Amino acid sequence: MSTEAMLGFVMAGAFVLYALFGGADFGGGVWDLFASGPRKAEQRTLIARAMGPVWEVNHVWLIVGMVLMFAGFPRAFAALSVALHVPLTLLMLGIVFRGAAFTFRAYDSRGYAAERQWGLVFSIASVVAPLLLGMCVGAVASGDIRVEGRVVVSGFFASWLSPFAWAVGVLALTLFAFLAAVYLTHEAHSEGLREDFRRRALGAGVAVFLSAFVVLLLARGGAPRVWEGLLRSPFALVLHGATAVAAVTAFALLWTRRFQWARLAAAFQAGLIVLGWAASQYPYLVVPDITLSGAASSTSTQRVLLVAVVIGALTVVPSIALLFRVFRPRPEGNSTPGPHA
Amino acid sequence: MSMTDLLYARAQMGLSLAFHIVFAAAGVALPVLMVLSDWKARRTRDADYVKLSQKLAKGTAILFAVGAVSGTVLSFELGLLWPDFMGQYGEVIGLPFSLEGVAFFTEAIFLGIYLYGRERVSPGLHLFSGIMVAVSGAASAFFVTLVNVFMNDPSGFVATPDGPTQVQPLVAMFSPGWQYQTVHVLLSCYQASAFAMAGIHAFVLLRHPGAAFHRKALSVALPLACVTALLQPLVGDLSAKHVAKAQPVKLAAMESHFETERGAPLRLGGVTVPKALSILAFGDPDAEVRGLNEFPRDTWPPVAKVHGAFQVMVGTGSAMALLSLVTLLYRWRKKAWPSGRKMMWAWLVSGPLGLVALEAGWLVTEWGRQPWIVRGFMRTADAVTPVPHLAAPFWTFTAVYLFLGVVVVALLKRQVAGTMPDRDEGPVTGRGVKEDDAHVH
Repeated sequence: MSTEAMLGFVMAGAFVLYALFGGADFGGGVWDLFASGPRKAEQRTLIARAMGPVWEVNHVWLIVGMVLMFAGFPRAFAALSVALHVPLTLLMLGIVFRGAAFTFRAYDSRGYAAERQWGLVFSIASVVAPLLLGMCVGAVASGDIRVEGRVVVSGFFASWLSPFAWAVGVLALTLFAFLAAVYLTHEAHSEGLREDFRRRALGAGVAVFLSAFVVLLLARGGAPRVWEGLLRSPFALVLHGATAVAAVTAFALLWTRRFQWARLAAAFQAGLIVLGWAASQYPYLVVPDITLSGAASSTSTQRVLLVAVVIGALTVVPSIALLFRVFRPRPEGNSTPGPHA
Repeated sequence: MSMTDLLYARAQMGLSLAFHIVFAAAGVALPVLMVLSDWKARRTRDADYVKLSQKLAKGTAILFAVGAVSGTVLSFELGLLWPDFMGQYGEVIGLPFSLEGVAFFTEAIFLGIYLYGRERVSPGLHLFSGIMVAVSGAASAFFVTLVNVFMNDPSGFVATPDGPTQVQPLVAMFSPGWQYQTVHVLLSCYQASAFAMAGIHAFVLLRHPGAAFHRKALSVALPLACVTALLQPLVGDLSAKHVAKAQPVKLAAMESHFETERGAPLRLGGVTVPKALSILAFGDPDAEVRGLNEFPRDTWPPVAKVHGAFQVMVGTGSAMALLSLVTLLYRWRKKAWPSGRKMMWAWLVSGPLGLVALEAGWLVTEWGRQPWIVRGFMRTADAVTPVPHLAAPFWTFTAVYLFLGVVVVALLKRQVAGTMPDRDEGPVTGRGVKEDDAHVH
């Protein structure tokens, strides 16, 4: 395996983990916005409690992916920074308001009204950010971003505002909402809350299926390279088959209330969707003008980056394992003290 | 690309960094102060130290979160505003950025455990998490400063018209002068935060001289403030000596020194000290200091700005060193930290100086590097994005940062207000104000 393929694989891995953890985090914000029913307040408390210790960690995956891209594939990073300047700037605003509002909500001592105001900022930003993230992914896959030499010639708007890009945005949003709801069924302490999120998970699961179907339909015209990639290589076909199996399994496990296993299946499903996207556009980083090897930095850089990845993994993986062990869901009645304690 | 778009891009980058630096510095230093008070609390079983470590943990959480999101914005902005810089030199400086990512990751993980895990993990693991936060915060500042060192004095590649080749990432990571600048930056983070904390508690002590909590808080902040303020001029001097060798044009701008001369004098405000610049820059009273006139006009940094910022940094740094010296003498003679009104006033007034010096010093480095983004190889004007209308994101982010700044100050103010001695407060819940509001309505 060439170093750039290895680095590309690691980068795809970082984006998979961002989709899983950051995605569930965004989804938590979505369900904060749509909290309803007799247990509205409990739903929000559960979301805040589940996210509190881990939200900052969940978002570092994005930084990891970004750093790997500009260090490992600088030409692609530069082209995307120009072509997607507008949505990425908006995404940044979303990330700023989301993180700031989540923290301010926890530490603003003025009472419930202030908490709700921050909560609203947090949850709206949580809906907008994944939509934009998906639209950027849609633009990258669509082939609408055109680069000549080092110059982006396709303008600053068309690529990410196409129907296909919008559809990918909606897919990202529904997928993240689905992930979060499934995660929360397992985090919930009471039967009622679990049922709330089970219903949400089932609904979001249907929405994921529908938006994936629309993306597929639009891909034929909107992202021909990906459409071909979806059907061409046997590897991609196996990947998509596995995604379908994971999706059906997750749904069945949710239906039969086996939440811990449902969570695992849903994570597989989401991870495979991201990998499926990466596989269908391989060997392109930005379809159709920038390939993995065309954008790759020098071998010396790629090698030290892989060493840095190993160092990083040795540091981060045990620490994350500890973090999740400390904050794993506990039996009913033993609630987690928040930062106020 | 119009000239004004370049200015807006620079202004947006400058604004984002100026904003982020405050939180980054706090993210490096507050965990140390937090762990120190936590450790004191464990040893003395003193309720005030427990409260102090909890307050500092809350402050760290607020400041770290804003630092994390503004840092994420910066990593995007590198590409969004300077795509050609990242497109060409991203691979050369990718290594320190990656390691910074690892450090930031570790920091976020252990901060999560520290803040939310007090009741869930053993006291030893809790303290260990706090130490990990402090260590990885320092590592993160260390690695990101290495990138700046590279931009000032690049090494580890061979330049071609198509960009750098024969890249040696490790050589680039440790570009010349890395020792001085990293230590200078780390010290400034501790110094700025310790001075700010001392200033806040001095302010309370002026109004409530007997407040035990605030006297203890001051006793945690003062040692760090004094030690860093006294070390900083020494490190700063080493750093300036390196600049004199490596970036003579920057040194000339810092000193507003136009003509090359031997035995160059130092001009401070209206005072001229003979031969002092030669001594300071090269350790030799007769050394030749090259003047700006020796360099092509289009490679000069903005002289007045660099000179002004340098004066501010040196001035505030000297004031802080002097105050620290007096404080330490007092401590040595009286065997106690000072508590008189005059000294409290001095510490109150000096509270913001660390941050002022930090920002001024950063401006010296960044303005002093202009017109280059990678000194000698790529001009800032050639790196800027072709995207038009950069005024829009600039004003948007200006408004956002202003808003965030105001909110953070208000939240921190409430954290301090909760410790005022005239408040009748039960256990620290951060909810004291809520009950007061209930009275009003």
